[in-house]
Amino acid sequence: MALLLEKRPNPSRAMVYLTPVVAVVLTMVVGAVIFSFMGFNGIVAVNEIFFTPLLNPLKWQDLAVKSAPLIIIAVGLSIGYRANVWNIGAEGQYIVGGLSATAVALATADMTGWWILPLMGLAGMAGGMAWAFVPAILRVRLNVNEILTSLMLAYVAVELLNYLVFGPWKSPTSFGQPQTIAFSADQSLPYIIPGTIVQLGAPIALLVALIAWLLMSRSIFGFEVRTVGSAPQAARHAGFSTGRTILFALLIGGGLAGLAGMLEVAGPFGRMVPQFPTGYGFTAIIVAFLGRLHPIGIVFAGLVLAITFVGGEVAQTTIQLPNAAVGIFQAMMLFFLLAGDVLTRYRIRFTRTSSSAGGT
Amino acid sequence: MTQKKSNLSHTRRNILKIGGAAAALPLLGGRAFAQMSKVKAAFVLIGTPDDNGWNFGHDLGRLDMLAALGEENVETTVVTNVAEGPDSERVFRELAQQGNDIIFGTSFGYGDAMLKVAKQFPDVKFEWATGFKTASNLSIYNAKFHEGRAVLGTIAGAMSETGVGAYLGSFPIPEVFMGVNAFHLAAQKQNPDFVTKVVYIGSWFDPAKEADAARALIDQGVDVITQHTDGPAALQVAEERGIIGGFGQGADMSAFAPKAHLTAIIDIWGPYYIKAVKSIMDGNWKEGSSWEGLAAGEVVIGPYNPKIPAEVVAAAEAVRLGIIDESIHPYDGLIVDTEGVVRAEVGDVIDDGEFWAAEAWYAKGIEA
Repeated sequence: MALLLEKRPNPSRAMVYLTPVVAVVLTMVVGAVIFSFMGFNGIVAVNEIFFTPLLNPLKWQDLAVKSAPLIIIAVGLSIGYRANVWNIGAEGQYIVGGLSATAVALATADMTGWWILPLMGLAGMAGGMAWAFVPAILRVRLNVNEILTSLMLAYVAVELLNYLVFGPWKSPTSFGQPQTIAFSADQSLPYIIPGTIVQLGAPIALLVALIAWLLMSRSIFGFEVRTVGSAPQAARHAGFSTGRTILFALLIGGGLAGLAGMLEVAGPFGRMVPQFPTGYGFTAIIVAFLGRLHPIGIVFAGLVLAITFVGGEVAQTTIQLPNAAVGIFQAMMLFFLLAGDVLTRYRIRFTRTSSSAGGT
Repeated sequence: MTQKKSNLSHTRRNILKIGGAAAALPLLGGRAFAQMSKVKAAFVLIGTPDDNGWNFGHDLGRLDMLAALGEENVETTVVTNVAEGPDSERVFRELAQQGNDIIFGTSFGYGDAMLKVAKQFPDVKFEWATGFKTASNLSIYNAKFHEGRAVLGTIAGAMSETGVGAYLGSFPIPEVFMGVNAFHLAAQKQNPDFVTKVVYIGSWFDPAKEADAARALIDQGVDVITQHTDGPAALQVAEERGIIGGFGQGADMSAFAPKAHLTAIIDIWGPYYIKAVKSIMDGNWKEGSSWEGLAAGEVVIGPYNPKIPAEVVAAAEAVRLGIIDESIHPYDGLIVDTEGVVRAEVGDVIDDGEFWAAEAWYAKGIEA
């Protein structure tokens, strides 16, 4: 007897949107069971991780701060993923975006003016785009797999960051410690809600999602991206340039990751440090898929992931849940999501003919 | 030297003023009403206490503190694996909101976050390990690990057969390059031709990288290795390859390499934690800067491996006791750096505080 995955002729549309919800619920249930077996109070653990951040108003600002970069990067990635372009090196584009913004900040250290911050934003986007341009051009011209090149460039970006922060950019007043000088007020994001830590990054994330939604659903570019991704043959017949679409999709992804890097360095960090890469570029991949590659879905998915981060810290301090628990919850979520996707698109069938099972 | 040290804290305080004052942030949440009967102390760690090194040492200090002051009087919370940067800011704020009276951050990279949160919670006391800025409710504390390195260097210089030792560093920051120089200068007193190869692995705890670096160094003729990273991986490689040996960092690591473990620099944070938490109980906590070493027992040399010859143990002890009675200084002249610049004349010493504020440089014979 063998197990067969058979393509469903008409996958349920409802299930496509229900899968993320099911995945989150399953994660809570299985998580509660696992942590109960490990000797923790599983129900409390799930409550602390998933509900405390939502119910405690003091945590809302943390959710806004933590989800903003995830949303911005994931929106950019989702456009590429729609076009079947697999940029998994957003972390590198995020770092170079942050570095480019820092370069502007250091060059304008003695200046003041409203124009500095927008210039840092532009530099951040340009830096992220430049970093994404390398895998893009390699893919379009030489057909080099962008999964590998974009990922490898992420590590190059880390080395670049270390070189700059330990070397030419090191602050003269930091007692030899690797960090740049602190950004001035004109180089830092303003706080938009008085008395909180919510800076300009949060509304920008919502704006980015909104623009991406309009772009993807209302513009010809959005249509091109979706066609190139789902029906490359049809795209060619329609006269869409696959290469150009791939190039733009990667540049938009890189540009948005770079923007997130700028917002992060000019916001919560306030200076460039070696600890700048915190894995937002990688976590955003989960966010993009959990949000169904849809900008509005991504806003909610970004919040869910932010909840697990913030809740994970609460659970660590209140019930001493190990820090790795957060990783386990996030991984389970992606696992259930992908499994749900498979079951939505395919049905499982048991068959007696082993030959059709293909080599088992 | 005492005078110079007070100069240092003066500079440190001046640095403080550079960071401008941010507006008070009232909606961040006042802290929960703390019961006066029990002091709440929290510890934020960059790794986990089972690293058997840095984090282990701090956790041991916490346990010593609990034992000394009594669990009926103190309640502790430990948060592990907290990344440096804005993620740590959230943790510090969470701990302050939960009503902790004193919060210890045990890594350099927590500084910006601690300074921010300290401003928002003026009633909570903060303690920043290895930091360099203080505030009215934020103290800094550190240990003179480099004094211990001088003892290790003495053993390495006397015992190495190849005359080549290695220093496995995390990052080229003051604490580390001070350690490299102290180790090397002491080794050169035993063997003037001693060479120290320095490798930075870019992490405080990465067993795979630590082990790889140790293997590569041993292949290059290194037969004594010391590490400034938090785990025992390099020692395990030393044991496996049968070289002369290595040293524990932060804690006694002899269980991992009974033959290769020559001795260890053990960080004893207990007394400091007892003092700090006690001052909360007594209501006399003060902003300050603490930097103790061998003399105060904050840095301790572990038991010597029986395979070390008696005369080498005697030389090592002479250095240890000499530093304690101040007849020996880890950085006494003549010191010439790799560029040929004289850093300290004969009869002169380099003050620890000045060195801490300096750009990285290496004494002649160090290959970094």
